[in-house]
Amino acid sequence: MPEERNQPLSYLNEFAIKQDPEDYGLADDVFSIEAFKQKLHIVVVRNDEDGLEFDMIGVYPAIANAFRRLMLSEVPSMAIEKVYIYNNTSIIQDEVLAHRMGLLPLKADPRLFSYRTEESPETGTEQDTLEFELKVRCTRRKDTLKDQAHFDDIYKNHKVYSGHLKWLPKGKQAQIYSESSVSCVHNDILITQLRPGHELDLRLIAVKGIGKDHAKFSPVATAYYRLLPQIELNREVTGKDAYLLQRCFSPGVIGIDENERAYVKDARYDSCSRNVFRYPQLMDAVTMARVRDHYIFNVESVGALKPEVIFVEAVKALKKKCRAFIDEIEAQ
Amino acid sequence: MVEHGKSGSNVEATVWDHSDSKEWALPIKPLEEKWKLVPAFLQVKGLVKQHIDSFNHFINVDIKKIVRANALVTSDADPLFYVKYLDVRVGKPDIDDGFNITKATTPHECRLRDTTYSAPITVDIEYTRGTQRIKRNNLVIGRMPLMLRCSNCVLTGKSEFELSKLNECPLDPGGYFVVRGQEKVILIQEQLSWNKMLTEDFNGVVQCQVTSSTHEKKSRTLVLSKQGRYYLKHNSMVDDIPIVVIFKALGIVSDQEIMAHIGLDARAQNGFGASLMEAFNLKIFTQQRALEYMGSKLVVKRFQSANTKTPAEEARELLLTTILAHVPVDNFSFQMKAIYVSLMVRRVMAAEVDKTLFDDRDYYGNKRLELAGSLISLMFEDLFKRMNWELKMIADKNIPKVKAAQFDVVKHMRAAQITAGLESAISSGNWTIKRFKMERAGVTQVLSRLSYISALGMMTRVNSQFEKTRKVSGPRSLQPSQWGMLCPSDTPEGEACGLVKNLALMTHITTEVDERPVMILAFNAGVEDIREVSGNPINNPHVFLVFINGNVLGLTINHRQLVQNLRYMRRKGRMGSFVSIHTSYTQRCIFIHTDGGRLCRPYIIVSSGRPLVQQHHLDELQRGIRKFDDFLHDGLIEYLDVNEENDSFIAWNEAHIEPHTTHLEIEPFTLLGVCAGLVPYPHHNQSPRNTYQCAMGKQAMGMIGYNQKNRIDSLMYNLVYPQAPMVKSRTIELTNFDKVPAGQNATVAVMSYSGYDIEDALILNKASIDRGYGRCLVYKNSKCTVKRYANQTFDRIMGPVKDALTNKVIFKHDVLDTDGIVAPGEQVLNKQIMINKEMPAVTSINPLEGQNAQVPYTAVPISYKGSEPSYIERVMVTANAEEDFLIKILLRQTRCPEIGDKFSSRHGQKGVTGLIVEQEDLPFNDFGICPDMIMNPHGFPSRMTVGKTLELLGGKAGVLEGKFHYGTAFGGSKVQDVQDELVRHGFNYMGKDIFYSGITGEPLEAYIYSGPVYYQKLKHMVQDKMHARARGPKAVLTRQPTQGRSREGGLRLGEMERDCLISYGASMLIMERLMISSDAFEVDVCRTCGRLAYCSWCHFCQSSAHVSKISMPYACKLLFQELTSMNVVPKLMLENY
Repeated sequence: MPEERNQPLSYLNEFAIKQDPEDYGLADDVFSIEAFKQKLHIVVVRNDEDGLEFDMIGVYPAIANAFRRLMLSEVPSMAIEKVYIYNNTSIIQDEVLAHRMGLLPLKADPRLFSYRTEESPETGTEQDTLEFELKVRCTRRKDTLKDQAHFDDIYKNHKVYSGHLKWLPKGKQAQIYSESSVSCVHNDILITQLRPGHELDLRLIAVKGIGKDHAKFSPVATAYYRLLPQIELNREVTGKDAYLLQRCFSPGVIGIDENERAYVKDARYDSCSRNVFRYPQLMDAVTMARVRDHYIFNVESVGALKPEVIFVEAVKALKKKCRAFIDEIEAQ
Repeated sequence: MVEHGKSGSNVEATVWDHSDSKEWALPIKPLEEKWKLVPAFLQVKGLVKQHIDSFNHFINVDIKKIVRANALVTSDADPLFYVKYLDVRVGKPDIDDGFNITKATTPHECRLRDTTYSAPITVDIEYTRGTQRIKRNNLVIGRMPLMLRCSNCVLTGKSEFELSKLNECPLDPGGYFVVRGQEKVILIQEQLSWNKMLTEDFNGVVQCQVTSSTHEKKSRTLVLSKQGRYYLKHNSMVDDIPIVVIFKALGIVSDQEIMAHIGLDARAQNGFGASLMEAFNLKIFTQQRALEYMGSKLVVKRFQSANTKTPAEEARELLLTTILAHVPVDNFSFQMKAIYVSLMVRRVMAAEVDKTLFDDRDYYGNKRLELAGSLISLMFEDLFKRMNWELKMIADKNIPKVKAAQFDVVKHMRAAQITAGLESAISSGNWTIKRFKMERAGVTQVLSRLSYISALGMMTRVNSQFEKTRKVSGPRSLQPSQWGMLCPSDTPEGEACGLVKNLALMTHITTEVDERPVMILAFNAGVEDIREVSGNPINNPHVFLVFINGNVLGLTINHRQLVQNLRYMRRKGRMGSFVSIHTSYTQRCIFIHTDGGRLCRPYIIVSSGRPLVQQHHLDELQRGIRKFDDFLHDGLIEYLDVNEENDSFIAWNEAHIEPHTTHLEIEPFTLLGVCAGLVPYPHHNQSPRNTYQCAMGKQAMGMIGYNQKNRIDSLMYNLVYPQAPMVKSRTIELTNFDKVPAGQNATVAVMSYSGYDIEDALILNKASIDRGYGRCLVYKNSKCTVKRYANQTFDRIMGPVKDALTNKVIFKHDVLDTDGIVAPGEQVLNKQIMINKEMPAVTSINPLEGQNAQVPYTAVPISYKGSEPSYIERVMVTANAEEDFLIKILLRQTRCPEIGDKFSSRHGQKGVTGLIVEQEDLPFNDFGICPDMIMNPHGFPSRMTVGKTLELLGGKAGVLEGKFHYGTAFGGSKVQDVQDELVRHGFNYMGKDIFYSGITGEPLEAYIYSGPVYYQKLKHMVQDKMHARARGPKAVLTRQPTQGRSREGGLRLGEMERDCLISYGASMLIMERLMISSDAFEVDVCRTCGRLAYCSWCHFCQSSAHVSKISMPYACKLLFQELTSMNVVPKLMLENY
């Protein structure tokens, strides 16, 4: 990150966020692609199990927001859309069961499937449909001892998990995919509970869709950004106050040196709780701000796609939308 | 320090002596976990224990008393004939299975089968048949509907597992009846206390009235003052009787003796002189003369029976039984009655001088609550008496007849009358008791099962007898004496405001206990029998009169000692813990009450400035080696009723204990009721908001009990994913609301958004709805019976009909199974048939003589109505009480929240969904949290629901910490602690976060107050209300569009709308709306006679020469015809237009 860059700031005052008086924001900016290219930086900070964290620096909020919105609602994923209930003698209602099935995250890569169209038949084709079945029957265990009271010991299948789902390959699907590549992301999602005599017999149809249609098609658990915090100490804070100050921020934000003097160690992971305003003696000691064009993105995938793929898909989606828009204009 | 009521000036009341003043300097340590006494109390007493106690008292004690009092039935025809009831019992609930075979039943079976949950009433009798004396045991005289969880109910004493085996929710409180499949509650009825003198100003006349109530009689007696003279007024006498005449009739003949009763001081003598003169002027000097005078003033009875009593004898009878019926008279000695009357006169005389001595009718110590037990006992006694009277009539009629078989009265005892009487009274709510001329409607109500809380709230409801339409503020306003007994928040708005009340959490309603042991104790404690002293001591200012249940017991010189001793004996368990003793200094009386229907509540006893309950007691309670009853038994806690509460000094908490304090509040939150207990931080809210929440909590959807899936109710709303509130209260835990919740914790952002949030509208997140927020299940049922008729015909159910051409089942029968009833799991659409029932055309008489003649059938199908389809949850086929087939179908709909659905927080803040927004358009914060709901901040300033902001803060901290916070009334988690928790998790201490606009992507300028708030989905949903019509059905009579949504009715253009159009001058529009679009009709009018013609023919003129056609509203034409039929001739004069 180039330090010398003149960073536009928004100041976190006690009761409101105030813009830098020098900063006119977008009002004066003339968009040029060259300047944009030059300003734009993307730094991947973390990419692990928990998700992807990357910085997008030097863009307008509209652009950053567009990616966020696209990840939430326009990047497709597969989810169960139709549930054929052949038998359901459990206490859960058919509609509620179907709704719960729909919310199960599937591992299937949506890029390998196409959307269902008007023409495709009721049962779907192998290009646009995944089929599963759920056949569970709860029974009483025969080998139980007399005094056992735990449900696990006396009942079999009394809890229905997502792992009970069985993939039914359609056409040539069995040659392309494996069960582990299309089934549920987690095998331990509790769907419902049964008691002896209860039975579920369902056929589930998963299709490709987007989050705009239903939240179950959203590929992310959450995708959001925040602005980079910036903290400056206006005066020296020492002693007890220094520790107090340290506690006003997230751990690791404020450091205290050997002279018991507080200094800003790393503002990046501050939660911007503005708790210094709780203490009158510290109120004036800190200036808190956020860098207006430095977006820290967080993408947490539901599991079907890797977060970086989701982002790239979002970029593709934006590109496609722009293309379509340009085509519309040019067609005029 | 809470000082109740009027006796505030009498500090001396119950001050203990203290020589050691140093102890006062030490602060009293607050008792930790004192609230644990509340669950301990509820364990023994329960929330609906008053109903159950009262009913138990009736079926175990009172019913035996009633039968004993009416034990003997004799006949005029045979002096030797008698029927004597030896014993009566109420059995265990069972159900008639036909052929007099009974089978034990459960409440849930009765609910499902539309039968009554009842038990047989059996008696042992002894009677004569001819010359034989016969004993018969276990004779059923009727069936008693049983209250759930009463002592005879199958549910009593069952464990949770056993209850679930019986299909019953273990959290269900019981206390209601199941009558004809409906759950019925007998509401608690509030009444003015009986057997109590009430002095009041009635339109300028000072009067003292007593409503006497005994088992036999109810009557009202008044003593009033008119022009300086005193009179006695009673319904049975046409005129007011001069009071001296009454005294003389009661056997106190000499004027001096009368004066000794009234008082011998100068003021009393001056005040009473005119009354004495009046009797002198009437020349009444002897008892006989006085009785004759009274006899001349008797109301003439309509049915003069053939008795030969003289008017004087009748007057004496009246004095004996009716006037002041509750005052005992033994062996025609009217002394007690005379003393009682003299006391009434004294009260009137005193009140004339000092206006402050008037009694307050609205004071809760002057009220009694009537519960199910006493109401049913009135009804049963009436029915039992009627049965005995009828037996007597039958005996009178049949004994003289000479028959082959001897007259056996048992053959004429029919159980149906008592059964039907009780059943219909409970199911209709009409309480008609002839001997008291009592006629009350609406005593029972159907138990509202909208939510668990609504059912529980109904069990604590108190109904006042006041007329709702009258514009009086007194009975409606909150009385200080209601403190702790009735919930100050929970009352409906509108006409019943303040008249319908709810009990507070720890209120108990007493049941009657025997007064005789208390009387003996009182005499032993130094009360002197008033009959044994002359008039003088009564007038001594140091002598206090002692009353027991409104009757004079005696007098005492040392009243303070007496009260103290009696209370001490109560604490030691020598008399019932619900006996109340209190002193009235203004009347110089000590009142002891043992009667039923008093409100009372437990308090910790404070002695010498220290609460008797110590920390080690509470520890013992926690360890389970001490129960609530042990506290009572050890004299650490006692029950105070309203009157005694007013005679005590009760500290609000330990810090408020002062030297003269007598009691300590157990927990302040118990002064609220069940419904108000749901509100977190109610003490921070503007009080009407808590009242609104009390009304709305009853409409919230959620769970209604663990057995909700087994019920087939006519309407049931359930939430798909109900949640326990993040911010709980002690009351919530005590009422088990967290186990059967009604609502969900929504993450709320308090900000404005889009303009679709004006007027309290809410913005909902579409993704939240997709994930199941606010999703609810609506269950409805539809049922039918398949009957057999007297003429050997019966209803039948036919299978689905196939289309002749396509050989497919027709659309209407598409969901039918082969047996003609819908299959579970099917989706039914509008107008589809669910039960294809057919009924024989003729059911009354045998229409066809031939054996195998074909009976014509008409189709009476049960079809589905509703624009949205439903699913069949369950189909039940059973038999009802009349042994007809009963088919019940349970229908289900799952509904997502939509625009217009009503939501409410627990602070009386309701709103409808204004807009449903995509998740990406909603603001999000630094943690990626997106609100489920956006609430406009304008909802706060005018409503002042600070409790809601605290709930949000507590909820937020609770979510972060992974625990529940408490918002208990007058307590709860402290804001400081909650804020510290927020800070610990890196959140702003004020609960305000930085949000980014989901639309522009920029941070919002303001910090947004956000966090979880418990929201209830209310039963009002758009889908049930939306309605529009272009064309549709018309009423048959008027040919105008039908009314109401259910009949697909038209939208009325009312008078005010019409006025607008008139003033605007839109005459053609009026014409169109009021006639053309409604009931335009062409009529023929004869221009010569002005009458209506028919088919261009005037029947009056016998011509068609001058008939014109005009159009007019059909209703107008109908009016003309109706007028004509009443010999009024309307004539129409036509002119060219």
